Amino acid sequence: MAKSNKPIVWGLFAAGGTISAFCVPALILAHGLLVPLGVFGENALSYERAKAVIGFFPVTLVVLAVVILTLWHAAHRIRITMHDFGIRNDQIVAILCYGSATVFSMAALMGATAI
Amino acid sequence: MSERTIELEILRYNPDTDEAPWKQTFTVPCQEEWVVLDAINYVKDHLDSSLSYRWSCHMAVCGSCGMMINGEPMLSCKAFIRDYGRKIRVEPLSHFPIERDLVVVLDDVMEKLPRVKPYIIRDEEKPVEEGEYKQTPTELYEFKQYSMCINCLLCYAACPQYGLNEEFIGPAVLALAHRYNKDSRDEGRDQREEITAAHEGVWECSFVGACSEVCPKAVDPAAAIQQMKIASTMDWYLDRLPAGLGTRIKTTLMPRRTAK
Repeated sequence: MAKSNKPIVWGLFAAGGTISAFCVPALILAHGLLVPLGVFGENALSYERAKAVIGFFPVTLVVLAVVILTLWHAAHRIRITMHDFGIRNDQIVAILCYGSATVFSMAALMGATAI
Repeated sequence: MSERTIELEILRYNPDTDEAPWKQTFTVPCQEEWVVLDAINYVKDHLDSSLSYRWSCHMAVCGSCGMMINGEPMLSCKAFIRDYGRKIRVEPLSHFPIERDLVVVLDDVMEKLPRVKPYIIRDEEKPVEEGEYKQTPTELYEFKQYSMCINCLLCYAACPQYGLNEEFIGPAVLALAHRYNKDSRDEGRDQREEITAAHEGVWECSFVGACSEVCPKAVDPAAAIQQMKIASTMDWYLDRLPAGLGTRIKTTLMPRRTAK
């Protein structure tokens, strides 16, 4: 039997799962609860401040890694979940899932270069 | 000892006379400490001697008496009557063809088992005079859990992926491959990857984890498969590094990988 090429997407899936498990709860806590509750003061996430932080090159890289890997994690997870739900049209599902991940990854990269 | 009476509903099928499987209910007087296998033995001994099923050790060692009990894959010698209600449903293991009554055809798994080479592979055997291959407790701990499999195949009956695609090598066989990959005496991982790293190998698994939940010996095949996915992913990338760099990294970092 030929070795599978699935490691390409599975590697991104596994990396995305790990990074999102660590980062996303903290991000939700910070951006979804603490900032709106005013814990970090008024205007903690004003456009100018957010732009300044994300525009700092090391932070840009980290944000890109979190966003892009999480996207690929979600894409692969949704593909497998479709399979578990009994949708057997795997090729179309795979194209849609990974296609979306590619498009949004490109958007994130373009957004990052525009800052 | 207290006694209780249960209704035991058993799926019956005789390929010579039955067009389709059918259900038969037996009323069985049980002792409090009985397991489902005892109740089935009672049926065989006192109510219907034509009932067919496999069993041997009656102590969760031989792995022959696996069946679906109230829809869940269980060893019938490990399923206590007292943990169930008055009615207990017993069927042959899911995802396998029925040979007769509770006996299933295991040919598919038996054919897959030798394909992953579940034995120690070495480039060169050490001469006997040089003594045994020694292992530290840590090296033993690395694989011991995966060596506890008794081939009861409850994991195959629980695995939704195997139910969908019987080409999937499946949990127990992959866990056994992993057991030898993790053995400090073994050098055969590259050979096993021909099967385990194929699409029908670890990559057909979607990590539902049902295999590990039903395993009566705590082998945790799901963990074995995930660890193999990580290893196969590393290998996939290493194999694609230019100028034989991947091979050099493999032989430096993983010297136990040299078997041709």
